[in-house]
Amino acid sequence: MKTRLQRLLPLAGAALLYGVILLLMATKVLPRSYQQMLPTICTYIIMAVSLNLVVGFLGDLSLGHAAFYAVGAYVGGMILRYLTAIPFGVRVIVAIAAAAAVAFVIGGAFLYFVRKLHGDYLAIVTLAFGEFVRSIVKIIPGTGGSAGLTDIPTIAAGAFPIKYIKAFSWSYVIMVISIFLIVNLIRSRHGRAIMAVRDNSIAAASVGINVSRCRIVTFAIAALFAGIAGVLYAANTAAVNPADFDYNVSIEVLVMVVLGGMGNIGGSIIATIILVALPKVLLDAAQYRLLIYAIALIAMMMLNANPRFTAFKRRVSEKTSKFVKSLGRGRD
Amino acid sequence: MAMLETKNLGISFGGLRAVDEFNLTVERGQLYGLIGPNGAGKTTVFNLLTGVYAPTTGGFFLEGKSLAGKTPLEINRCGIARTFQNIRLFKEMSVIDNVKVGLHNAANYSIFDGLFMLPRYAREEKELQTRARELLDVFGLDGERDYLASNLPYGKQRKLEIARALATSPKLLLLDEPAAGMNPQETAELMETICFVRDHFDMTILLIEHDMKLVSGICEQVTVLNFGTTLAQGQTAEVLADPRVVRAYLGE
Repeated sequence: MKTRLQRLLPLAGAALLYGVILLLMATKVLPRSYQQMLPTICTYIIMAVSLNLVVGFLGDLSLGHAAFYAVGAYVGGMILRYLTAIPFGVRVIVAIAAAAAVAFVIGGAFLYFVRKLHGDYLAIVTLAFGEFVRSIVKIIPGTGGSAGLTDIPTIAAGAFPIKYIKAFSWSYVIMVISIFLIVNLIRSRHGRAIMAVRDNSIAAASVGINVSRCRIVTFAIAALFAGIAGVLYAANTAAVNPADFDYNVSIEVLVMVVLGGMGNIGGSIIATIILVALPKVLLDAAQYRLLIYAIALIAMMMLNANPRFTAFKRRVSEKTSKFVKSLGRGRD
Repeated sequence: MAMLETKNLGISFGGLRAVDEFNLTVERGQLYGLIGPNGAGKTTVFNLLTGVYAPTTGGFFLEGKSLAGKTPLEINRCGIARTFQNIRLFKEMSVIDNVKVGLHNAANYSIFDGLFMLPRYAREEKELQTRARELLDVFGLDGERDYLASNLPYGKQRKLEIARALATSPKLLLLDEPAAGMNPQETAELMETICFVRDHFDMTILLIEHDMKLVSGICEQVTVLNFGTTLAQGQTAEVLADPRVVRAYLGE
């Protein structure tokens, strides 16, 4: 068991990484198109890590994670746009808090109503829920309907590269906090309960885990972080449109989770960076982005169904964890 | 007062009377055996006692408290823990985490404490770690605590399941065929473990078993089920010598 202090180490690493990226941005070593991409990566990482909580740790398949992303984007976007009486800095905090709270409640309420459903049935319902939210958003006054909500005050103001440094900085901070909290959740007794429900819900109930409540809370927390990601999106792009949250987004995020490995937070982060950055790096391939996703998903599923590949993966991960442990000091 | 008492417990699945008029009294600290041919309804009795099924007739009482109709979760919190015939471990979790899931309700810290690693989280997690290792030690599993549960050999998986059940601090432990698939040496070791658990944890144990060596070796009393009804009940040696019991197992 790691001590609390050891678990704060990654935060120091994150701060160091921030410094390096900031330097690259300020000196314009990192070209404009890449700088533009960084906030998107942060947003998607929050999405992927929070979806991993549901798909990888709880073991329920969700095809509607974009629904909570939309909720957060609209709640946050509308607060930023309409509550102009509040100073901007405070408004951003209010937007995040409100979006997180609303997404939390909707996520929990959603699973409360469909808590009897599992597997394929739940997956279909989440898919429908995503489309449902998208349609509802259009008829709520103040959302801008099908045309979308525009002119959202954005944090990304100023000249290049200041503009992107600002957008990246706040996105990065929020991303690091989100990951930190999700990792802490997983390493608590509640996180163990979530994984126990995934591995064997009958046995989990037999040792006193409230399976239904566990699933509801996990969905609510995943929705909360998707909601926060939504605020990042709204405030970075200055405009949100119902079309930005269709099921393609849910599938994209799911691909990131599957590619990175279900139940593997680090994997989700790396897969997200690769999948968002790859089309930009291979400029010519940008139009084949969705095709690449689809092929990657099929390949991963086929490989993961192959016992020889999973055995290979296990060997590699055991070797890596041994290596990491040999580096660490003060194990009990 | 008896630790466990069932009164006319019964359940039907459609037209099939799986368990009928099941009466049983297990005293505190007893090691009680539930035996019978395949399909006699033994595991169904366990599923009734742990709330997986709700009885259609009758009821059962733990230290006089009626538990019929309660959910598995409530029944566990009242003090009944079990193991499963087909091992149900949390396979993708480490050995020690399996036990810590059993200790879930032994800690009180909230999700909020965990999210922000507040002092209460740190203190209680440390305590859980100590208690989990103590339990693993009892079963000789402490050396393998960081292994994935699914990587343990079969006999140790059975032991881990018992350790996990004990982690919930039950008053009554139900073991469903603990010796299934074990070789004679492992079985002998298991018998020692079961007796040790009974003495060390002051536990009352009801177990289902096909291995008659184990049953006659450690159970003080047994009940024999056949086609859902009670065939015989009483002191182990007498019951096992009963011609009706022999007939039920071997036929005419």
